[in-house]
Amino acid sequence: MTQTDMTDPLLQEITGPTPGQMLRKRVFGHQGLLIGSIVVGLLLLVAIFAPLLAPHDPYAQSLMTRMNPPVFLGGSWDHPLGTDHLGRDYLSRLIYGARVSLMIGLIAALISGVIGTAMGVAAGYFGGRVDMVVTFLINVRLAMPVVLVALAVVAILGGSLQVVIMVLGFLLWDRFAVVMRASTLQVRGREYVAAARAIGASTPRVILSEIMPNIANNLIVVVTLEMAHAILLEAALSFLGLGVQPPTPSWGLMVSEGKNMMLFEPWMVLIPGAVLFVLVLAINLMGDGLRDVTAPENRS
Amino acid sequence: MEKPLLSVRNLTLDIPVGGGTLHAVRGIDFDLKRGETLCIVGESGSGKSLTSLALMGLLGKTIKRSADEMSFDGTDLTRANARTMRSLRGGRMAMIFQEPMTSLNPAYTIGDQLTEALLLHKPVGKEAARARAIELLEKVGITAAASRLSQYPHQLSGGLRQRVMIAMALMCEPELIIADEPTTALDVTIQAQILRLLYDLGREMNMAMILITHDLGVVARVADKVAVMYAGELVETGSATEVFNSPSHPYTRGLLRCIPLPGKTERGSTLGTIPGIVPSLIGDVAGCAFRTRCPHATPACRGDIPRHTAEGHAFRCVHPDGKRHAEEATA
Amino acid sequence: MLNFILKRLGLAILVAFTVSFISFSLLFMAGDPAVALAGETASGEDIEALRKLYGFDRPMLVQYGEWLFSALRGDFGESYYFRLPVASLIAERLSVTMTLGVCGITFALLTAVPLGVAAAIRPNSIIDRVALFLSVAGQAMPSFWFGLILIVLFAIKLGWLPPSGASTPVHFIMPTIVLGYYAMPAIMRLTRAGMLDVLSSDYIRTARAKGAPEMRVLFRHALRNAIIPVVSLAAVQMGFMLGGSIVVESIFALHGAGYLAWESIARNDLPTVQALILVFSMFYIVFTFLADVLNAWLDPRMRSS
Repeated sequence: MTQTDMTDPLLQEITGPTPGQMLRKRVFGHQGLLIGSIVVGLLLLVAIFAPLLAPHDPYAQSLMTRMNPPVFLGGSWDHPLGTDHLGRDYLSRLIYGARVSLMIGLIAALISGVIGTAMGVAAGYFGGRVDMVVTFLINVRLAMPVVLVALAVVAILGGSLQVVIMVLGFLLWDRFAVVMRASTLQVRGREYVAAARAIGASTPRVILSEIMPNIANNLIVVVTLEMAHAILLEAALSFLGLGVQPPTPSWGLMVSEGKNMMLFEPWMVLIPGAVLFVLVLAINLMGDGLRDVTAPENRS
Repeated sequence: MEKPLLSVRNLTLDIPVGGGTLHAVRGIDFDLKRGETLCIVGESGSGKSLTSLALMGLLGKTIKRSADEMSFDGTDLTRANARTMRSLRGGRMAMIFQEPMTSLNPAYTIGDQLTEALLLHKPVGKEAARARAIELLEKVGITAAASRLSQYPHQLSGGLRQRVMIAMALMCEPELIIADEPTTALDVTIQAQILRLLYDLGREMNMAMILITHDLGVVARVADKVAVMYAGELVETGSATEVFNSPSHPYTRGLLRCIPLPGKTERGSTLGTIPGIVPSLIGDVAGCAFRTRCPHATPACRGDIPRHTAEGHAFRCVHPDGKRHAEEATA
Repeated sequence: MLNFILKRLGLAILVAFTVSFISFSLLFMAGDPAVALAGETASGEDIEALRKLYGFDRPMLVQYGEWLFSALRGDFGESYYFRLPVASLIAERLSVTMTLGVCGITFALLTAVPLGVAAAIRPNSIIDRVALFLSVAGQAMPSFWFGLILIVLFAIKLGWLPPSGASTPVHFIMPTIVLGYYAMPAIMRLTRAGMLDVLSSDYIRTARAKGAPEMRVLFRHALRNAIIPVVSLAAVQMGFMLGGSIVVESIFALHGAGYLAWESIARNDLPTVQALILVFSMFYIVFTFLADVLNAWLDPRMRSS
């Protein structure tokens, strides 16, 4: 038969890069993902090493140095970002605020992730009645006004970090359930799942070792997006005075406290809000980037 | 001699892709007269559909088109602006696509979609357009034509939808009709009906037709001219009789060997296949693209390939007769 | 189609009842409502008297049944704080919230749909990048912060717009932008994705092959199909927006239902909070139901089945 000469220049382009090379190229070629991850990573470091980085005690009040402006508005380097209405160092409060935001975001997303994933995977895998019940619960959940319910429950149970985390964790599972249900439905029909069942693998085993690894990429994307959602909600609750309570350094609370001075000292509102915006933006960029990179066929 | 309705010289299509240019179609030449049927045959990916879209001016924005000549009844299509192309499309040149299931807009009725082209191109009223639509639906063999007009595409079967597509293409009595694998998506029994219909209508209306297909059985029955396309080039062109009786390019012969013939192909024998790897068209493409699969390939195939022409039958190969006689001797 | 509507209606009603039960029981976990109502200085007898007066001593399901029965007739009880019927309190405040919601979703649709279409027509163009930037920023923007920035800029620095209140249409400009911007990113993204998808479809090629002008192809052939899922999303967003109006109303001191919710929560006014949760949920349920019906009607495949 024909001898195919593989050195022929016409055939050189046939062998492409390996999947690993392509993934690496996509990851490092994705600006949003890179920028988002770097910013999130930096803020995570700031949160972890807050005690080392903060120039002052975030709770230390000083009536002598109330509402000092930041350096770029003529303040002193002793308080680079100025001081609040109680004389507390703004930069230190921002640094400790990163802890609050990230902790709330991470733990709330984890709790809602466990609830939503369990529901979604069960609905997608078992179908039938289980699916009907889960879909119904998702509908019910979506019909409840999140901010209102969260505010009401936090108000009843008392505003503390733990309560806010629990409330958000128990409220934000809807997207996990929706996405995990759809992903499980997609994967359930694949041959390798049928093969695992055929060799007699138990249901938990099929779910854990065949289904989960194949929907994990979607799960990670939703975790990041819901983390951002939880951080925004906590800030909104705290801003409304019904979330994390003073004197905890929460960015939402700082905006709320700065609001009263907004007329004369707009920076007190601008700075914590901007930091919040940057963190949420970075997490979203990371989430969108992860979605693009792990599922290139879904890219728009 | 009658001037051809459609003339194409050196049509070339380049697609920029990550890391280079895909030379999808290279140096296509052909002429088509009124009432003639040209069949373009070739494997999928050989650039047949792209060529037809280029004629209609329907290429994606990223694809670069160049041609020495591309004229339709005296109109230079290479220089035609969007407005001119629009007035030709659907009016004087029409196209039938290969996917009847998705080629109709799900949001509008058959009637709306049938009359659209006529209302756009001709000064006719709604009633006249409706009447014409019913007439054509009957012509393409659809029963209860009047009541079909208020139906939506999803209510019709694939065969019916393709008939609707044909009727739609014929609404303005085009001079040229391009059918891009109009029957691939349909059941085999319906395929024959649709082709017959298309062929008869073409004759009846004296339309020039370009039929794109990879079904050589179809070609044998309807074609006046045949153009064989491989990896973006026309490797062999000529009258249907010439190409079928004396296939000169090794690829054409390979294709013909793939058709089972009742009585000729032995029961139980394997059908012919063309072995080898289809080349990549990214980067410079020099020489004959078929050399990676050709049983007669020589080092010379990487150089310039001469074009042999005799009485309208042309092919490109380094071997003066495409090694036809050598193959026949061993057969 | 009728079948679909009836089924969908049944689901909506079932969801509504479940939500009503949750919103009722939610506030029962607060512990003894009589204690909260009586205040910190009340004696044991006072609390007991209140418990009897409001019927808190009866089983929860009985109380729920009673509450639901009255709620169905439009009676949500009396506000602990305002000492007025909750229903009339809410009705009075609802017009501001509805105005805000309608303005917000209109603003969102009027910016998001054209931007999404323009972005889809020229992917990776300047306008596509601007649209993407606006949507990414919008998703990350804390609405309370955005509202405050607008106030600082347009009310304090420039003095163009009033910072708070609801007395004139001008007062609604900034709240509309803040609330609308919350819904814009999702609508923009869906419009863009839908248009991109539809524009590469075979029937758009058919329309072009007929010689249809580009505008006709884009709007009559493409947008008509791409807009169908956007309708559902807009309804969902409208529901979310009404629920989220609490933040915007508190920033701009618009005394609507969201503001009422904030006040009632801060004051432990349980009947009002319960009723508001239910009312906001009902809006969501009604909107999504109507959107599904509209959707089914817009899509011939569903209309005829």
